[in-house]
Amino acid sequence: MKYATIKKEDLNRWLDHLKNKARLYAPKKKENLFIFRPVKDVTEITLKYIPTILPPKKYYFPQKEKLFKFNIRPFKTAKAIKEFEEYILFGVHTCDIAGIQCMDVVFRDSPEDPNYLNRKDKMTIIGIECLEYCDKFANCTSMGNHVPRGGYDLMMVDLGEKFNLHINSERGEKLIHGVDYIKEADEEDMFNLEQVREAKKKVFKEEFNASLPKVYEAFDKRFDSDVWKDVGRRCVACGNCTTVCPTCYCFDVLDEIGLSFNEGMRYRIWNSCQMDDFAKVAGGEDFRKGRDGRQRHRYYRKFKYPVDKFNRYFCTGCGRCTRTCMAEIKLVETVNALLAEREGQV
Amino acid sequence: MIDREILLEKMKTSPYKPMRGRIMEAKMLSDKEKFFRIELEGKINLGHEPGQFVMVSIFGYTEAPISICSSPTDKGYFDLTVRNVGVFTDKLHKLGKGDIVGVRGPFGKGFPVDRMFGYDLVIVAGGLGIVPLRSLIRYITYHKNDFGHVQILIGCKTPKEFLFQEETKVWMKRAEIRLNCTVDKADPDWTGNVGLITTLIPGVDIFPARTYGVVVGPPIMYRFVIRELLKKNIPEHQIIVSLERRMRCGLGKCGHCQVEGVYVCQSGPVFDYSQLKNFKGECHEKAA
Repeated sequence: MKYATIKKEDLNRWLDHLKNKARLYAPKKKENLFIFRPVKDVTEITLKYIPTILPPKKYYFPQKEKLFKFNIRPFKTAKAIKEFEEYILFGVHTCDIAGIQCMDVVFRDSPEDPNYLNRKDKMTIIGIECLEYCDKFANCTSMGNHVPRGGYDLMMVDLGEKFNLHINSERGEKLIHGVDYIKEADEEDMFNLEQVREAKKKVFKEEFNASLPKVYEAFDKRFDSDVWKDVGRRCVACGNCTTVCPTCYCFDVLDEIGLSFNEGMRYRIWNSCQMDDFAKVAGGEDFRKGRDGRQRHRYYRKFKYPVDKFNRYFCTGCGRCTRTCMAEIKLVETVNALLAEREGQV
Repeated sequence: MIDREILLEKMKTSPYKPMRGRIMEAKMLSDKEKFFRIELEGKINLGHEPGQFVMVSIFGYTEAPISICSSPTDKGYFDLTVRNVGVFTDKLHKLGKGDIVGVRGPFGKGFPVDRMFGYDLVIVAGGLGIVPLRSLIRYITYHKNDFGHVQILIGCKTPKEFLFQEETKVWMKRAEIRLNCTVDKADPDWTGNVGLITTLIPGVDIFPARTYGVVVGPPIMYRFVIRELLKKNIPEHQIIVSLERRMRCGLGKCGHCQVEGVYVCQSGPVFDYSQLKNFKGECHEKAA
């Protein structure tokens, strides 16, 4: 069985089943926005949502990750986490799945990061394919992340009265195994899936004014562009854009000491390249002074550096940085401005 | 070699957990710089390349990247020299003989000593730059047959900041080494040169195609020293530098040390000028 279907009326039953298998995280409404939360009551889950405030990275790359326990006298270190728990991420958009794929590449790259890999090892991903745009800020089509491209265990597609399920791994198969209301997809279901994908092509259009290779070229050539000065003038260096980015993983290290003043814990905590001391050394030299340089660095870490290193764009197109920016710096606008400047110069 | 394997195995299980390092010796070298000799648990040798660094941990104060200033040929221990500039280094300065620190590493790429065999060397140290360069100089004095003529130029602000003075005298006595010092500002006891380190370079006699220039110092010094070395026609790939950056992990992940697309902690800290010159704007060390 490669494709299956589940009737919408059976969805909550299945979610209860999943909840019993492992810790279940899913999107739910929070005021006018959405967040991923551990599921207590499956009726709170929503599948019609715009990208959550934070991507699910908070579960596989926690904001404050325990690295190890320590003892000052005598000098000792010990494991901080005995066992990582199994968990299911339910209802993940294809953009956020692309984000997980980016993180995989980074943390698998030698030297490997066991904290990330241990968490990733326990992760099951059930995706949901978007059939319409979340809002005007997304640029998933230009990034090629508006359709599923692997990285999940099960992928759900809304076919009206039922969901089509693409089974992409043994782990995914296990979650529907023995569930009698999940049926193998028949010819009609597969036809409907194709129809939905065809209809989608009319909705999703590339958001940048040029294809990705042209975008890369613009980044390659316009390091000194005025676009960065303009973005830098508007940026307030709050770091929201990097916090909400599914592929930002910079961190700082923090020690916390217990009340005995002898034992404590070393953590790594999220950090942002937008902070003004991020690249400053103890002697005082600041190697990325200025908000223009720091914003440029953020963009280059999405459209240039990881392409050179991993042949992978680290912008997933989720639109979070634009949605959250207090200064209304818009990613699509910035990239298009860079493209325009390049063409203007030729 | 076996020590190296133990270290790699430790990295694999948890690259963030430091090893135990016992301070065997500690002494002030100047008003602000303190020297530490450290022995790892089980007397493991770091097996580092000259120019590599370690992450030093003090629990409660996190970690900092520190250059190793001894040569891998110094067995059973390694040396660090640290300037007191912040909360972490201030705490480190309070430690002495018998105290314990955490050690991870060695990290990064050191000076390309294997490529430098059979070449003449011009070693230029500005201020604290002598600290990582001491690892190279000690390596050279140990493998004295392998290198050509070695010229060492040392510059610092005042004679008080002149580090490793006793050791420098020993180096000066060696036949294969020519050593020259200068200070920006002299005091009454100083009998040597006065002026910027760049003033020493024009007088250096070299055969450029068979010379490596090795430069370590503050960014402003690089800019002018590299220019002088280029004027001497030393090929770009034979001009070697070591970059200082903020670092939190040493593993090419945390992002702090990044210069454009390059993680200095993994690809550096040692680079040659042909790599450096391709940086577009985030490298303050590029030639002026």
